[in-house]
Amino acid sequence: MTSAPVPLTPAQSAAKARRLGSWYFAEHTLRVMRTYAASVLMYSVGTPLAYLFAMGVGLAALIDANGAGAFGGVDYLTFLAPALVASAAMMSATGEFMFPIMDGFKWRRTFFGPHASPLAPAQIAQGHIIGVTIRILVPTAIYFAIVVLFGAAPGPWAWVSIFTATLCALSFGLPLMAYVSTLTKDSGQFAAVQRFIVTPLFLFSGTFFPLATLPWFLQWIGWLSPLWHATELGRVLSYGYAEPAWLGAVHVLYMLATAVAGAVLSRRIFTRRMGA
Amino acid sequence: MKPQLVWGNPLWDSKACTSLVRVSIQTRGSAASPYVISAHNLTKKYGDFTAVDNISFDIPAGESFGLLGPNGAGKSTTMRMIGGVSQRSGGTLSIMGLDPEKYGPEVRSHLGVVPQQDNLDEELKVRDNLIVYGRYFGLPLSYLKPKADELLEFAQLSEKAGAKVDDLSGGMKRRLTIARSLVNDPKILLLDEPTTGLDPQARHILWDRLFRLKEAGTTLVLTTHYMDEAEQLCDRIVVVDKGRIMAEGSPAALIRQYSTREVLEVRFGSERNATVAAELAGIGERTETLPDRVLIYTDDGERALEEVAARGLSPLTSLIRRSSLEDVFLRLTGRSLID
Amino acid sequence: MSTVQSQGSDTAVGRGAVRPLAGLYSGNARAVISRGLMATKSSNWLVMLSGFFEPVLFLLSMGIGLGALVGTVTGPDGSPISYAAYIAPALLATSAMNGAVYDSTWNVFFKMNFAKLYQGMLYTSLGPLDVALGEIFLALLRGLLYATGFTAVMGLMGLVTTPWALLMIPVSVVIAFGFASFGMAITSFMKTFQQMDWINFVMLPMFLFSATFYPLSVYPEPIQWLIQAMPLWHGVELLRQLSVGAVGLGMLGHLAYYLVMIVLGLVLTTARLRKLFLR
Repeated sequence: MTSAPVPLTPAQSAAKARRLGSWYFAEHTLRVMRTYAASVLMYSVGTPLAYLFAMGVGLAALIDANGAGAFGGVDYLTFLAPALVASAAMMSATGEFMFPIMDGFKWRRTFFGPHASPLAPAQIAQGHIIGVTIRILVPTAIYFAIVVLFGAAPGPWAWVSIFTATLCALSFGLPLMAYVSTLTKDSGQFAAVQRFIVTPLFLFSGTFFPLATLPWFLQWIGWLSPLWHATELGRVLSYGYAEPAWLGAVHVLYMLATAVAGAVLSRRIFTRRMGA
Repeated sequence: MKPQLVWGNPLWDSKACTSLVRVSIQTRGSAASPYVISAHNLTKKYGDFTAVDNISFDIPAGESFGLLGPNGAGKSTTMRMIGGVSQRSGGTLSIMGLDPEKYGPEVRSHLGVVPQQDNLDEELKVRDNLIVYGRYFGLPLSYLKPKADELLEFAQLSEKAGAKVDDLSGGMKRRLTIARSLVNDPKILLLDEPTTGLDPQARHILWDRLFRLKEAGTTLVLTTHYMDEAEQLCDRIVVVDKGRIMAEGSPAALIRQYSTREVLEVRFGSERNATVAAELAGIGERTETLPDRVLIYTDDGERALEEVAARGLSPLTSLIRRSSLEDVFLRLTGRSLID
Repeated sequence: MSTVQSQGSDTAVGRGAVRPLAGLYSGNARAVISRGLMATKSSNWLVMLSGFFEPVLFLLSMGIGLGALVGTVTGPDGSPISYAAYIAPALLATSAMNGAVYDSTWNVFFKMNFAKLYQGMLYTSLGPLDVALGEIFLALLRGLLYATGFTAVMGLMGLVTTPWALLMIPVSVVIAFGFASFGMAITSFMKTFQQMDWINFVMLPMFLFSATFYPLSVYPEPIQWLIQAMPLWHGVELLRQLSVGAVGLGMLGHLAYYLVMIVLGLVLTTARLRKLFLR
């Protein structure tokens, strides 16, 4: 062992880790994601193309012929696009806040390596959140760019929906992360989350048709759904869908509150679970 | 006179007592260097279950210190408390003069940790595992890149630098985990069951690497339930069982105190071992009857075997060997180390 | 299949005939099936149920929500039908595809590469083809339950108007068989999760484009041909025609497509299993 001495004393290492630990773990998360970047990119181009062509062009042909006028004066593609952007963000968040968490605590125990380093459990939680947020922003921006190419984002503020969609992903994903970090084994919870929560949210959040079209006893799903809040905001931003200002504030606040609650809980659960 | 370092030993006798105290005084006496790790009355409870029961030890810099005991003895829990990743329920603990509960990051910056289960990042390549880990210590890439190559060489993994972790053998993964723990040049290395599950050849390679670290002055703290590992690597051992320290000393001293020079193992077949045991009474210093064999503790195995034959008993197989820490453990607890 | 002579001469001759699949098939797929059923008992029933709910949720959302905006569309026999009645058979075909593909790809991939379940089975007298057939049978059994459930939901929603519609149940098992045997053949080539991802990548557009939610006529002709070359479209057409009782000879063509898929898939799977496990 004849190399340069460690450039930091243990005390300096610890001080840096206290200050920047979350970012160190975010770096780790992103490095891992880089190993499957090709498939992320493939999906982030392929999925929008498939959905926009199928739903926005194919289905739109049927809908615009029969039910035009239901979408506040815009065509079906323009109506649909903000919902698709937000739901894609939410779905990639679902994966990234379930499997890597289980992997970290249980399957390959990847959280316990950094746990023996100067990083604190709460920083590992935060680092993962930072990493996933960046990971979601990129394909969401790509999705939005493709929407623009389809001519389905006419308004000057439409690009802001990249961020509202990402907020939606966190609003759904962070409480999910808190839940998953309490799990000690997967006996079907992940499949259940996908099929009993994510799929219904995708289908009943005013995604493919205005929420008001649903019978009243199903509309509460929309109110609880981060996806509905993000979709409505996206529509306001994208084509100036008319909505009272207070409702816009509710959308933002609801998503922020659930995201922050999820993050705070996750931090606590990580600390408790790793410090026992 | 109750020695400070030993607690709750049922087989305590005055002979062992004096010599153990001598050993402990020696360690304390040689402490011109301060202790890097000090634990006093350390306790860990999970609900009603006491995993670590009021144990105390001091480890001076450069020592190779072993916690020997069966599965569930509380070794890993002790290690996790030292590593600052588990909160103690009682007692005091100081690593490099710092309390790991208050100064977790600072304490962990001093340590290298090899956990019982490998937790390498299998999605990253071998070399990237080292670099990513170094980043947690705030170390710059300009330092980490050459350092990673150097560590891979040390771990005899240079050829696997670009391989996936998944493609490594068990022994290689273990060496990579050790290389990872060295990325911050720690003065103290914690190794929890470093060779459990490895084949004999892989274990020897690993022991060689650890011995080099020891020679370079790294303080090694390791847990094991293999007596040969403890004998190979440790200057000093505490034998733990059910969360308590049963005995403490160098491997040789422990064997001297708790066992004879040689052991004669005789087998009469599963059914007969127990019945024959009575007829063996008086041969050697004492006998120990296990389900599959009878152990006769003696300083001269050959003579004991002759005596067995003289009594008209003909064992199916017989084996004379030197005493080991396994025998020490059996003496102290009445149970085998590996069940 | 020339390895038979060298491998099986003793036992096969003893039984009076050289079986063409000696070494691959011991005629005991039942053992694999009963192991699967046993494992099902201890598995999560919520997850089992969820496979049934997915197409139902799509039917409720798209059929009721979107249906309110679309109104009626032209059915396979030329008469107008509700939008829900239009998409229901397509959702059934999609769910047959999804279930069969999941069971024969991800599930098999996991058991092959991680749980090492098959390695254990192949240390017994079972051959790889017993394992393959057993797994496919289990997938189809599950598919049969889902198809029955979904058809019942269609009935409850008033979307079943002819006895022919009951034939959707066995036909969706045929569809599932085609996808399962083909899917398993493809899985035997896969080595990493990233490669497995490609399967989803093919399934999503197939689901979206195969005349599931709107008629094929919205596409330009070359794209229509492309879609008609894909397996799911044939399943959608078959079930959609059955659902309104618009039965015709053209259906035999669709069925033939699946028969080819089944045979091709099984032959390929067998060849691959021989290569993977009997080296």
